Amino acid sequence: MSRRPYKAEPSKSGWWLEQPRYIRYMMREMSAAFIGVYALVLIAGLFRLSEGEAAYTEFLDAAKGPAGLIFAVIAMLFALYHTYTWFEVTPKAMPLVFAGKRLPGAIIVAAHWAGFVVVSAALWLLAGG
Amino acid sequence: MSERTVELEILRYDPEQDEAPHFQVYTVPYREDWVVLDAINYVKDELDRTLSYRWSCHMAVCGSCGMVVNGEPALACHTFLRDYPQRIRVEPLQNFPIERDLVVVMDDFIDKLGSVKPYVVAREEKAVDDGENLQTPAELARFKQYTACINCLLCYSACPQYALNDEFVGPAALALAHRYNLDSRDVGRSAREDVVASNPGIWECSFVGACSEVCPKAVDPAAAIQQTKIASTGDYFLKFLMPWKRK
Repeated sequence: MSRRPYKAEPSKSGWWLEQPRYIRYMMREMSAAFIGVYALVLIAGLFRLSEGEAAYTEFLDAAKGPAGLIFAVIAMLFALYHTYTWFEVTPKAMPLVFAGKRLPGAIIVAAHWAGFVVVSAALWLLAGG
Repeated sequence: MSERTVELEILRYDPEQDEAPHFQVYTVPYREDWVVLDAINYVKDELDRTLSYRWSCHMAVCGSCGMVVNGEPALACHTFLRDYPQRIRVEPLQNFPIERDLVVVMDDFIDKLGSVKPYVVAREEKAVDDGENLQTPAELARFKQYTACINCLLCYSACPQYALNDEFVGPAALALAHRYNLDSRDVGRSAREDVVASNPGIWECSFVGACSEVCPKAVDPAAAIQQTKIASTGDYFLKFLMPWKRK
């Protein structure tokens, strides 16, 4: 009896399309790219502000235009998805034990969402409603 | 009335004859209480005794019958025919070389498992007469879920990082390293670090989480790896604050 183990081909570039859970993973990772682009847009806005009122108004008008709004909505959806996936994994990375009992993951996740709402509301108020 | 049947589409590979694996279809009777392993056993007993596969306990304890059932890594003894369509595709675990049919070569995992010292590294040698190493229920609770690992390798089959780079130490071995690191009787954490806290160790993991989703024993290797990352990051910064602690 001779051994001749069969080694399958290495993963192809489209490996992540093969399983829904891999697609969800790639969406989670991709969501960071949209958040990054949104941050660049904000920096561009600051730059325009430094150039004076006319330049900044132009930037604001562009942001309120159809392309700006569509991008903002897409970026927000990805940001929310990113937040959701991040909060969902927190009980795994940081399990909390109180009085010898593990705190249920749902409570840790809920606490993160509560913090998210509080911080968002505070920023909203700071920005003048 | 004709008897209800199930078609099993099994990946076959005979190293002495085949250049590459191919599928072979077997028609087996359907039973409400049968798992995929029962159907495979029927093939072996009644239809084709050349079929090779591993199994032992038939109760999700031994971890031998890990296979890919309809694209999903699963224990063949833990997957009921009634939960699948009439045609079921059975393949060997992914990301391992195929020895023959549904049997894979698991040497890579065995080597990696050994490399993380998956046993209690005691502070000092102790004679049996000196008695047990006592542990409180709270100390046990810290690591108990990770002791449930049965080395079935479903997590390695599900892990795309291991598929892309087989240098990755992988989910089960890292979960077991974490299990012993958390054990109050163990002092082996720094001895495991060279393997565990390396690039092909925990840092190769990008937290896809597939390992935990397919784990039949709720071990949650993904959680173990993320917790190890946090501990290891703490070590890294402590090294600067307390240089005298450097090994």
